[in-house]
Amino acid sequence: MNIHEYQAKQLLKGYGAPVAEGVAILSADEAEAAAKSLPGPLYVVKSQIHAGGRGKGKFKELGPDAKGGVRLAFSINEAKAHAKEMLGNTLVTAQTGAAGKQVNRLYIEDGADISRELYLSLLVDRTVGRVAFVVSTEGGMDIEAVAEKTPEKIITVAIDPETGVTEADVAKLNSALELTGEAAEDGKKLFPILYQAFVEKDMALLEVNPLIVMENGRLRVLDAKMSFDGNALFRHDDVRALRDESEEDAKEIEASKWDLAYVALDGNIGCMVNGAGLAMATMDIIKLYGKEPANFCDVGGGAGKEKVAAAFKIITADPKVEGILVNIFGGIMKCDVIAEGVVAAVQEVGLKVPLVVRLEGTNVELGKKILNESGLAITAADDLDDAAKKIVAAIAG
Amino acid sequence: MSILINKDTKVLVQGLTGKTGTFHTEQALAYHGTQMVGGIHPKKGGENWTGSKGETLPIFSSVAEGKDRTGATASVVYVPPAGAAAAIIEAIEAEMELIVCITEGIPVMDMVKVKARLEKSKSRLIGPNCPGLVTPDECKIGIMPGSIFRKGSVGVVSRSGTLTYEAVFQTTNEGLGQTTAVGIGGDPVKGTEFIDILEMFLADDETKSIIMIGEIGGSAEEEAAQFLKDEAKRGRKKPMAGFIAGRTAPEGRTMGHAGAVISGGKGGAEDKIAAMEDAGIRVSPSPARLGTTLVEAIKG
Repeated sequence: MNIHEYQAKQLLKGYGAPVAEGVAILSADEAEAAAKSLPGPLYVVKSQIHAGGRGKGKFKELGPDAKGGVRLAFSINEAKAHAKEMLGNTLVTAQTGAAGKQVNRLYIEDGADISRELYLSLLVDRTVGRVAFVVSTEGGMDIEAVAEKTPEKIITVAIDPETGVTEADVAKLNSALELTGEAAEDGKKLFPILYQAFVEKDMALLEVNPLIVMENGRLRVLDAKMSFDGNALFRHDDVRALRDESEEDAKEIEASKWDLAYVALDGNIGCMVNGAGLAMATMDIIKLYGKEPANFCDVGGGAGKEKVAAAFKIITADPKVEGILVNIFGGIMKCDVIAEGVVAAVQEVGLKVPLVVRLEGTNVELGKKILNESGLAITAADDLDDAAKKIVAAIAG
Repeated sequence: MSILINKDTKVLVQGLTGKTGTFHTEQALAYHGTQMVGGIHPKKGGENWTGSKGETLPIFSSVAEGKDRTGATASVVYVPPAGAAAAIIEAIEAEMELIVCITEGIPVMDMVKVKARLEKSKSRLIGPNCPGLVTPDECKIGIMPGSIFRKGSVGVVSRSGTLTYEAVFQTTNEGLGQTTAVGIGGDPVKGTEFIDILEMFLADDETKSIIMIGEIGGSAEEEAAQFLKDEAKRGRKKPMAGFIAGRTAPEGRTMGHAGAVISGGKGGAEDKIAAMEDAGIRVSPSPARLGTTLVEAIKG
């Protein structure tokens, strides 16, 4: 689960991290009061959407010469003017896709005099199974480009969960970021704070790009991107409350209510599969036969017939879907449960597109029997290859 | 020979009294008499578990007690996500040799703590978020459907549960059968990686060929490929087929498994496939051709 920059900064402020003062607004009318409450005279007006690359992004509705999604303002009036121009318009960045995202929220922040821009992130480094800091002196830009061109400028420091951030870790990070004097003292406080926040809130990623050294020699968190481990949200009511559903796909929201792993895609063959690997492989084999999947959908292992029916309804409700492939290899999941769920959903919402079902594994005979006796127009498939060929042929014909 | 488990392996069940634990323990008992020897429940020690066909197993109040009383060397964890890490740690503390965690959805940070404990122990953890492992006709731990297995010569190792079934099913249909099939699980932080299992398969005389199934995310496949190249230079090499799931997955989206995500341009399928092919693995473009691809690899 992702949250907005202003929410991430509030969370970090609560842990004592150095962030600028700022106010989030939903309408341009609030811009003046927001700017007035800040020290000034420099302000930054930042679009709040769940995607990176906002500064270089362009608004669809404005001309090509209009400024991007993050703007400097040298007066309260300029901040107001920016807010009016940005709110409600669609920002297209390298990460939003061509459709872009509507900017419904701005964050007006106190400006800073920047001396150096650094990169810092925390993530779980799976090669060592530990939380790791990834830092670089090359901040403020695309870190992937840095990784590609100058990998030696990216330094990783993994943290032992039993000790937390040690003095040696701090020394390594300060040295990697070339921090001295007051900035190094700030680092000594900041690194353990970020680690603590990451661990306590079960984050999946915390990216500060850039972390800045200001003209006065102090550190500040200038941007913050935060995402959380979906599997740990059950123990964080406060984090769940930060979710902004307007940033998510409606089908994905409905799927998450049923605890279904669902990702909306651009193709026209709907898929319902058990197991993430098999669900991806099913997408892959559809592509191999020349078509594109409309979604990734893993109904998981322990699904009951209601959950299966819910998944089926989400897939059929997608207007792009011209055919559906159900591919089940039962282990935990029993084929008869899938069959009952599919039959129940079809009886409720009807079936307007071809449906190919491949069942194998636990209780397969019972599952096939339920489908056969349902009287529904279901095409049975013998194996995965057969299933993929049949659904591709069905929508082509 | 097989790897990790055989007909003599005695298994305790953590989370036996739940619906999932009960169903799969019945299935394991029915699978060539896998030696399921007891369950663990902190409050139900001294009682008995009864399956739907009247099977009974003793319940112990701790893993340590169950191990002492039964001589079990393995435990399987079906405990729900919030308590699963504590269950694994209890098994580590009881010095269980093999711990298999089926549970899906354990917070990553819990697994970071488990991993630190694991590194200081003698226990091997398979999983979490995995289907378990099977040595055909001898022992089944976890949730794989027993009917698709056949005793034979292929070692199967996979990050994906249901794709493990595909590999097993297809090698059974090709008449090859399996020595042992191991699902290592789809989480980013887990107990056992490809390299650990590949080392065991290379060392096992009865394993004549290997299927390795990876997916997008992380770099475990690339590391495994490097390991295989290094071993081949030392003259240890077996015919291998492979598959990588997620060629069509978009960047930045987690595809069901917590570990299956392409991020920062890393963890994509094409890099993994290239590394595996470079290590001499025949990578099938289709998940439906795992068996036939392995047959081709064996023929050379």
